[in-house]
Amino acid sequence: MTAPAISRRRFGQAVGALTIAFSLAPPSWAEAAKLPGSLDKNRMLDGWLRINPDGTVTVFTGKVELGQGILTALEQIAADELDVAPRRITMISGDTAQTPDEGFTSGSQSIEYSGTALRYACAEARQILLDAAGKRLGLPHGNYAVSVEDGTIGGFPDGKSVTYWELSGDAWLHREATAGFAPKPPEALKLIGTSKPRLDIPAKVTGGVAYIQDMRLPGMLFGRILRPPNYAAQLISFDDGRVKQMPGVVAVLRDGRFLGVVAQREEQAIAARDALRDAARWSDEQSLPPADNIYQYLKGLPAEDHVVSEKGAGPAPSARAVHDATYTRPYTAHASIGPSCALAQMKDGALTVWTHSQGVFPLRRDLAKALALDEAKIRCIHKEGSGCYGHNGADDVALDAALLARALGDRPVKVQWMRGDEFGWEPFGPAMTVSLHAALDDHGMIADWTHDVWTNTHSTRPGQKDGVNLLAAWHLAQPKSPGKPEIIPQPAGGGDRNAVPLYDFPRQRVTHHFIPGMPIRVSALRALGGYANVFAIESFMDELAALAKVDPVEFRLRHLNDERAFAVIQAAAKHAGWQANLPGRTGRGRGIGFAKYKNLSAYMAVVVDAEVDRRSGAVRVTRATAAIDAGQVVNPNGLINQTEGGIIQATSWTLKERVGFDRSGIVSRDWQGYPILTFPEVPVIDVTVLDRPTEKSLGAGEAAQGPTAAAIANAVAHATGARLRDLPLAPERVKAAAFG
Amino acid sequence: MADAVELIVNGARRRVRVQGDTPLLYVLRNDLELNGAKFGCGLGQCGACTVIVDGEAVRSCSFPVALAEGKKVMTIEGLGTIDKPHPVQRAFIDEQAAQCGYCINGMVMTATALLQRKPTASGGEVRQALAGNLCRCGTHARILRAVARAGKEMAQ
Repeated sequence: MTAPAISRRRFGQAVGALTIAFSLAPPSWAEAAKLPGSLDKNRMLDGWLRINPDGTVTVFTGKVELGQGILTALEQIAADELDVAPRRITMISGDTAQTPDEGFTSGSQSIEYSGTALRYACAEARQILLDAAGKRLGLPHGNYAVSVEDGTIGGFPDGKSVTYWELSGDAWLHREATAGFAPKPPEALKLIGTSKPRLDIPAKVTGGVAYIQDMRLPGMLFGRILRPPNYAAQLISFDDGRVKQMPGVVAVLRDGRFLGVVAQREEQAIAARDALRDAARWSDEQSLPPADNIYQYLKGLPAEDHVVSEKGAGPAPSARAVHDATYTRPYTAHASIGPSCALAQMKDGALTVWTHSQGVFPLRRDLAKALALDEAKIRCIHKEGSGCYGHNGADDVALDAALLARALGDRPVKVQWMRGDEFGWEPFGPAMTVSLHAALDDHGMIADWTHDVWTNTHSTRPGQKDGVNLLAAWHLAQPKSPGKPEIIPQPAGGGDRNAVPLYDFPRQRVTHHFIPGMPIRVSALRALGGYANVFAIESFMDELAALAKVDPVEFRLRHLNDERAFAVIQAAAKHAGWQANLPGRTGRGRGIGFAKYKNLSAYMAVVVDAEVDRRSGAVRVTRATAAIDAGQVVNPNGLINQTEGGIIQATSWTLKERVGFDRSGIVSRDWQGYPILTFPEVPVIDVTVLDRPTEKSLGAGEAAQGPTAAAIANAVAHATGARLRDLPLAPERVKAAAFG
Repeated sequence: MADAVELIVNGARRRVRVQGDTPLLYVLRNDLELNGAKFGCGLGQCGACTVIVDGEAVRSCSFPVALAEGKKVMTIEGLGTIDKPHPVQRAFIDEQAAQCGYCINGMVMTATALLQRKPTASGGEVRQALAGNLCRCGTHARILRAVARAGKEMAQ
């Protein structure tokens, strides 16, 4: 083995062995260089992993488990790069006292950021351990082909071996990462790319402690909050005399219009909260916008116009046909099955909060501001909650619990919102309007394209520079202001996410009409603006295909220059048995939808089969056949699970969901007011994964949302001849449009 | 004030002192420290709190504890353990039939009540039996596969 270290190393990996080279100095250029993924902002290797003398490995990540299986996938990555058995690994995630700060677990970026960081950190750690092994064995400088099996480094010339655990005491990893050591190539991977079963499922199906709701601390009390009847209502009078006398009640807290109660038992806290309702009188406010004209209302508010893409100059080309259409998407709820929950305890002036927030570090920043506490005095620890799909009440309830804990001395308090709190106060996915215009040339190709989207911000998460983005902070006697609404810039985009078409048009103009004023509380919901923008674009593509008299699949392919886009569309069409020119208006139809999520992440195409009931107008999605390309796949079963879930959730949004409100408040406060898709309505789903082990992993958890919506609308148009452009495709709308 | 209520939970006699109108859910979760049944809505609409009382799937969030007196209450903890799972639990693990899993207690318990009565339940019957159990992550397809798999095993 005499070739230079780098090529030797590559060779060694290819045959499943490793080489060591002593005194490997990090390349000098690496010091200031940008490091891959989240390693860039969290550079210490021992911030990512520790090798313990007891034969275990602790892996740290700032990303958190939301039911998407991320901890299983990250464990696979660490085990594979380190060559240790997964059972040796303990994952620590989302703890301001222990883990890297990786911002939010959002935007389908955890594999890309945390996974990439871990791959490089573990690859480097392994090399450092190999070097240390050589030193420990007193071997002269040189290169040896060695192998690592479950943490035991073997294959030295004299047959000696040494374990990671024997080397663990030497603080080898307390140093900055260089990312100078490439992660394993696809052919050397053993765990990445396999469907390792999820770590968390066994406890979840046997009643183990799996969620924050299951946590119990000694002396723990139960808290509940009584919110105002709407955003603007002021507390006129409040008499808590009777509530304080109720069984088990320990404290009633009033701070401004923030009202909370703490009791010994959970049902006592709930009863006391109900009694608080009678104890409080609120001003009558008619502050919400008119529900029946919400899109016009929003478009009438001041907006900032940003042209986010422009192609082709000069006057519009002559056209064989032009077409215009406008699409809308209503306020949509996260509607987590488990209402938001948090535990808090104040001890010796320090606050600990257990939370299912998607970002423990940003939450801590806002908690510090809201409570006028030093950030160093606050520790936020992630514990799993119910699935969130974006910014729901998780952060808000953390402040609720902290406010109650602060009033209680050192006793811990667990607060869970009631169902009506969750539906009434969560920040919804924003209502949006998308207007599209296109011109077709003589060959039936799109010659001109205009996209205008009107929307609020799609993130009002905590941790902004200004303001405090936590609900209770706005209700205190000394209220804090929310942060200024912010635009998430392209290319990821927020309200304009996926507004720039992936199709190759000679001329286009995309404008984001950003509306800062938020008459209804909004924030991030899975896919952000990508849901409505893709719904609109992909519906419009079908409308244009019909004008051009071209099959919708063929029409899309003619406008694409991206091989991977081609491949997913063709795979979905093939698996669905797509046939051009199937007769329409039979009550049954099929439609296709496609997007590359954010124009940066996974490619996803789906063919939907739907039936429309003539009498009621009810749409039933019977089958969804999808193909997804997320680059290198870490856990195929996990990817399929996320994609199936995305299709079903998007089907629910598209057919059924809209937040109900009137001038005096949110009225859809339970599952009757906000119905979601149920078992009898769920389609058969078939997902094909196009694995690309040599491509980087792409975020996939939100890829299905937009394509599914459009595929359903396209299937309904095929089934009935009626084009529905307003979500949801509720029976009365379908009936009116299709059957008059 | 508080009454003494005697329950048979997962085969064991348990005595608690609570008001008789306390929903069974809070007794199970807080007095008996059983995590399986979950608070979802408190309105009997979502099914996350489902337990089996004398063979019937009930919504423990709106089932007064006094009504369970002397009856056999089965929670997900009583079905099996991680090491020795019940066929329904094992099927959910084998099918990886969970995302966040918050609803899964209700799915497992409702399906178990159905399959104990009728292990040969058809796909349509399973869908109908689960119609009142809500899942937000969209794990339905896997849940249906898991119940079908468990039914096959229980029918043998």
